[in-house]
Amino acid sequence: MTTLAVLEQRDGVLRKISYEVVTAAHRLGGSVEAVVCAPAQVQGAEQVGKFGADKIVTLTNPAFAKYAPEACAQALAERAKQGGYRTLVFAASATGKDLAPRVAAKLGVGVAADLTDLAADGSGLVVTRPVYAGKALMKVKVTAQPAVLSLRPNVFTPVERPKAGAAETVAVTVPPGGGRVMVREIKAAPAGTLDVTEAQVIISGGRGLKEPANFKVLEELARAFGGKAAVGASRAVVDAGWRAHADQVGQTGKTVSPALYIAVGISGAIQHLAGMRTSKVIVAINKDKDAPIFKVADYGVVGDLFEIVPKLTEEIRKLHG
Amino acid sequence: MKIAVCIKRVPDSETRVKIAADGKRLDEAGVKFVLNPYDEFAVEEALRRKEKAGAGEVAVFCLGPAAAQETIRTALAMGADRGVLLQVDKIPVDPFEVAKVIAAELKGTTWDLILFGRMAIDDYNTQVGPLVAELLGLPCVTTVSHLDIEGTKGVAEREIEGGIEVVDFPLPAVLTVDKGLNEPRYPALKGIMAAKKKPLDVKPVQPGGGALEVMALTPPPERKEGKIVGEGAGAVSELVRLLREEAKVL
Repeated sequence: MTTLAVLEQRDGVLRKISYEVVTAAHRLGGSVEAVVCAPAQVQGAEQVGKFGADKIVTLTNPAFAKYAPEACAQALAERAKQGGYRTLVFAASATGKDLAPRVAAKLGVGVAADLTDLAADGSGLVVTRPVYAGKALMKVKVTAQPAVLSLRPNVFTPVERPKAGAAETVAVTVPPGGGRVMVREIKAAPAGTLDVTEAQVIISGGRGLKEPANFKVLEELARAFGGKAAVGASRAVVDAGWRAHADQVGQTGKTVSPALYIAVGISGAIQHLAGMRTSKVIVAINKDKDAPIFKVADYGVVGDLFEIVPKLTEEIRKLHG
Repeated sequence: MKIAVCIKRVPDSETRVKIAADGKRLDEAGVKFVLNPYDEFAVEEALRRKEKAGAGEVAVFCLGPAAAQETIRTALAMGADRGVLLQVDKIPVDPFEVAKVIAAELKGTTWDLILFGRMAIDDYNTQVGPLVAELLGLPCVTTVSHLDIEGTKGVAEREIEGGIEVVDFPLPAVLTVDKGLNEPRYPALKGIMAAKKKPLDVKPVQPGGGALEVMALTPPPERKEGKIVGEGAGAVSELVRLLREEAKVL
């Protein structure tokens, strides 16, 4: 029984989320074949052996220089059909969420999407997926052949193993031009900006910040964490146009699971709590001691955020000094 | 412009989830259902595209229970021309079964655009749009937050981690849309009155059983009781100590 773990690369470098995919695939037992679509050899792909891959396959084609949804889906579906894999594992990243359903449909199945847990035993494959933005967990038995899964980012902590896999490169042909849907360019976010779904630390702000310019106090705190932190936002401030929708945490935004979530000036509406309650540690800073956010916070500080946050920034800077 | 918009009836985002006695689904008693928020952006975009083109049709499709007629009326009140309810007793758990029913309904008509919200806020499957696109053999762009269309050529922007992908695609196409694409209109009283007279077909459908079976629906693990470290900037040193020594996250 072999599981196909679908890795991600950008600009020829393996994305770290790939380690999570291989780690989870390894947990299913049997052997793991890791596969990545790329224009050429991917930097870092050889590392996945450490996380449980027995074989590493690069599907190479010039069309894969940027994400080519149709050509990638075609190549992966072909590979899946030939290989007879029991399970395909994707990341539920921006790319994975786009790619997994395309591949699944070509294989005649749907995706068990955005999983936070999975287990295979004698009775089959059982997965857990948060629904209603994490207000409930759904345990689902997957009988699809093959099973196509996607994993919530930041949940499956990569586990290193001493064993290394052997790398094999396979070249595939894709339709001329790579398909009908083509990525023309990627407008990169300003250097140092981290996506909230991938950050180890998130500092989120709400209406308590009083005005958009005040988010700079949160940005300074994020910087103090030295490239590990992202700034998030509540729906209220996104709807008010203070922050980009990309930063919104909650049921109509992103669901996040960082190691540390610091909610600043956020009262804690149920739809916000739904998006961040799987964070490992939650800190709340709010002037209202009765705010619902304190109910889910591990540590709370009551008071004026404009005094507390700069002090926290100073202390974190000392630690990372 | 002939545009199909696929919508879903979902529990409002403020819903407190209570689990039904069978332990496998939401207890719907007292739950307020709404048009899925991401689908509002899809309806709005369809209306704007039709208005810009000066002619065409916006048809709304919804797979759901009889009560979803109300959801369709919301879209009609916003300005959609007609609605189709693909009526089921229970929405299949397997999104592929949902996609097959919708694709079968849309097949046979040439749509310039087929729009979906990027996901439903209840089951978070994020896939019925691209599944339908595959079943119909149409190009697809997901999570569209900016859209330009000239003739049969489209350019869409979609958010990825740390950036935005600019994507070229041909029409006809399936798009799933994200917040930020537009500002959905509120149905005006006139629209609400007009919606009552717009055509709404109800078609009973029989989706397959699918390959996903719900074993249990459970509340998320309770977070253990937290503590208030203190008040004001004076509590920060203690907070940092706790984060380092107790929580070990620093």
